[in-house]
Amino acid sequence: MSILVNKHTKVITQGMTGKTGAFHTQAALDYGTQMVAGVTPGKGGTSHIGLPQYDTVAEAKAATGATASCIYVPPPGAADAILEAIDAQMELIVCITEGIPVLDMVRVKRALQGSKSRLIGPNCPGVLTPDECKIGIMPGSIFKKGSVGVVSRSGTLTYEAVFQTSNIGLGQTTAVGIGGDPVNGTNFIDVLELFLADEDTKSIIMIGEIGGDAEEKAAQFLIDEAKRGRKKPMAGFIAGRSAPPGRRMGHAGAIVSGGKGDAESKIAAMEEAGIRVSPSPSLLGETLAEVLKG
Amino acid sequence: MNVHEYQAKELLAKFGVGIPAGIAALTVEEAVAAAKQLPGPLYVVKAQIHAGGRGKGKFKELAPDAKGGVRLAKSVEEVEAFAKEMLGNTLVTVQTGAAGKQVNRLYVTDGVDIAKEYYLSMVVDRATGRVAMIVSTEGGMDIEEVAHSTPEKIATITIDPAQGFMPHHGRAVGYALKLTGELNKQAATIAKQLYTAFMALDCDMLEINPLVETKDGNLLVLDTKMSFDSNALYRHPDVVALRDETEEDPAEIEASKYDLAYIKLDGNIGCMVNGAGLAMATMDIIKLNGEFPANFLDVGGGATTEKVTAAFKIILRDPAVKGILVNIFGGIMKCDIIADGIVAAAKEVNLQVPLVVRLEGTNVQQGKDILANSGLPIVPANDLGDAAQKIVAEVRKVS
Repeated sequence: MSILVNKHTKVITQGMTGKTGAFHTQAALDYGTQMVAGVTPGKGGTSHIGLPQYDTVAEAKAATGATASCIYVPPPGAADAILEAIDAQMELIVCITEGIPVLDMVRVKRALQGSKSRLIGPNCPGVLTPDECKIGIMPGSIFKKGSVGVVSRSGTLTYEAVFQTSNIGLGQTTAVGIGGDPVNGTNFIDVLELFLADEDTKSIIMIGEIGGDAEEKAAQFLIDEAKRGRKKPMAGFIAGRSAPPGRRMGHAGAIVSGGKGDAESKIAAMEEAGIRVSPSPSLLGETLAEVLKG
Repeated sequence: MNVHEYQAKELLAKFGVGIPAGIAALTVEEAVAAAKQLPGPLYVVKAQIHAGGRGKGKFKELAPDAKGGVRLAKSVEEVEAFAKEMLGNTLVTVQTGAAGKQVNRLYVTDGVDIAKEYYLSMVVDRATGRVAMIVSTEGGMDIEEVAHSTPEKIATITIDPAQGFMPHHGRAVGYALKLTGELNKQAATIAKQLYTAFMALDCDMLEINPLVETKDGNLLVLDTKMSFDSNALYRHPDVVALRDETEEDPAEIEASKYDLAYIKLDGNIGCMVNGAGLAMATMDIIKLNGEFPANFLDVGGGATTEKVTAAFKIILRDPAVKGILVNIFGGIMKCDIIADGIVAAAKEVNLQVPLVVRLEGTNVQQGKDILANSGLPIVPANDLGDAAQKIVAEVRKVS
């Protein structure tokens, strides 16, 4: 099993005729993902890299039975693209776009409430279930089917965790990049809940970074779940221990402000919840292997 | 992106927000002319720099007992004397660091008779994904200190974006400030105006500290700090026009031209990494190995020769850099192509400092071979831990 996506997931791309959208849609097809269509307003009825194009998400969904959409639309139109997918009741929406204005995301977040859609991202690398389905920009070559669930705010650190767990032979059930923006669709708790419920996920790696309190909340969630008897071995990492306060470190959400969101308090909260936090991102696989040895 | 106090106030005034009359000045003559246009007899001369704590700040070039960056003048002559002392000199505040900031602009405003000071700010609350208004009766204070010692004196009002700012939000602001009658209505009005401005201008943060009640019963914005969401600047050319590049680090401005996220830090190991999370982690691991990073630099997904060359040049602007660590997780891009780019860039900038390169991803061995056969003193590393140890050893050899 896996979470969110598997070999049956039918996927469309919004913004497929752009350079990035076309490149990564081709890579997803090559990986074996069931890419079924693209949505580019004004190009309905045409075909691009062998896939039919539709003017609207609703049309593409009706014609193909797709349940997931991957969005590469540039920032000015990205929020509108997400809202269109929510309107079309797409079950899973993965938005890769970096640089969406935060107030646009405030409106999107409100639209998600009570909707039938789950949004992953924005500003994320996507979701990948090895050998089954790749949505987004993660490099498929580093994955290996296995037992570790990976969830991360950072793209390249997701790759580190995936690469290392592949190298030690554990492999992954699914990797989810939740994105580096301050307002996003899916948080750590949502993904941890899915991993805890998934039988094939035997252990979890969680990678956070400075800014906000999503890691602290996730730690509290894990403590509460452990009291109910739900617990899996976990390793983790927090990026930004050396970051100066008040400066945004690349990701819009990675900032220590007003004495809040620093790495040390996140690490303490995660360790309190039983997660072994690796001092170095190059020891994630090793740290998890040690946890599994007991 | 940040703007000066006078620019923020002029923006807010367009939304109907009450501000004391004031005029910006770049020269002593302009300051005098500004004072003459104001009613007097009291004036305030305020240094315009992108940092807080100006009132308690000190000028480097003046005697230690000289007045700070916000001064009350009782005549036009005094405005002139203050302007002469402030313009061109360096103001050091708790937020500028020891180097301070040169004062190139002044804001000359009408003096205000203050009855009471309040606090009001707005941010996007990450926990709720909504805009939150934070208000307190404790104006003019350090709000983080108030939040820490007397959290009951702070009220947070969260606004549902589907409904927008409703009259009940306005009343809640007024009551949180313990205002009744006419002043409560004024508080509701100004809160709605500020919310409208925040949304319309894509603010990142808007802080009014203090919001003052004047002795004649009006609420005015006495001081404000405003910053804007850099992702939304494309739809606000009027805000972009307010940018004062003299307030920003020239290396950071240069980096932004190449779409590189660069932040200068205090250490001696330059870093070039793809991805913000990995870039932070690379800094962390340098520190773990006993040295300090000279910068944060995310080259993004496409580590092309052009971008890598620009990144090397920007890193090397900092004379403290004694070595560079490049850490690229190839992902979609193949390692041999990235290695070609690094070699070409290192040759172009005639790199003189040690360079440790860690590549991972597809074609990693070809990538390493290209680096090893380049004829350049490039040290290849196997993983991030190895890379950090190697660059630290290299830097210690040099110094």
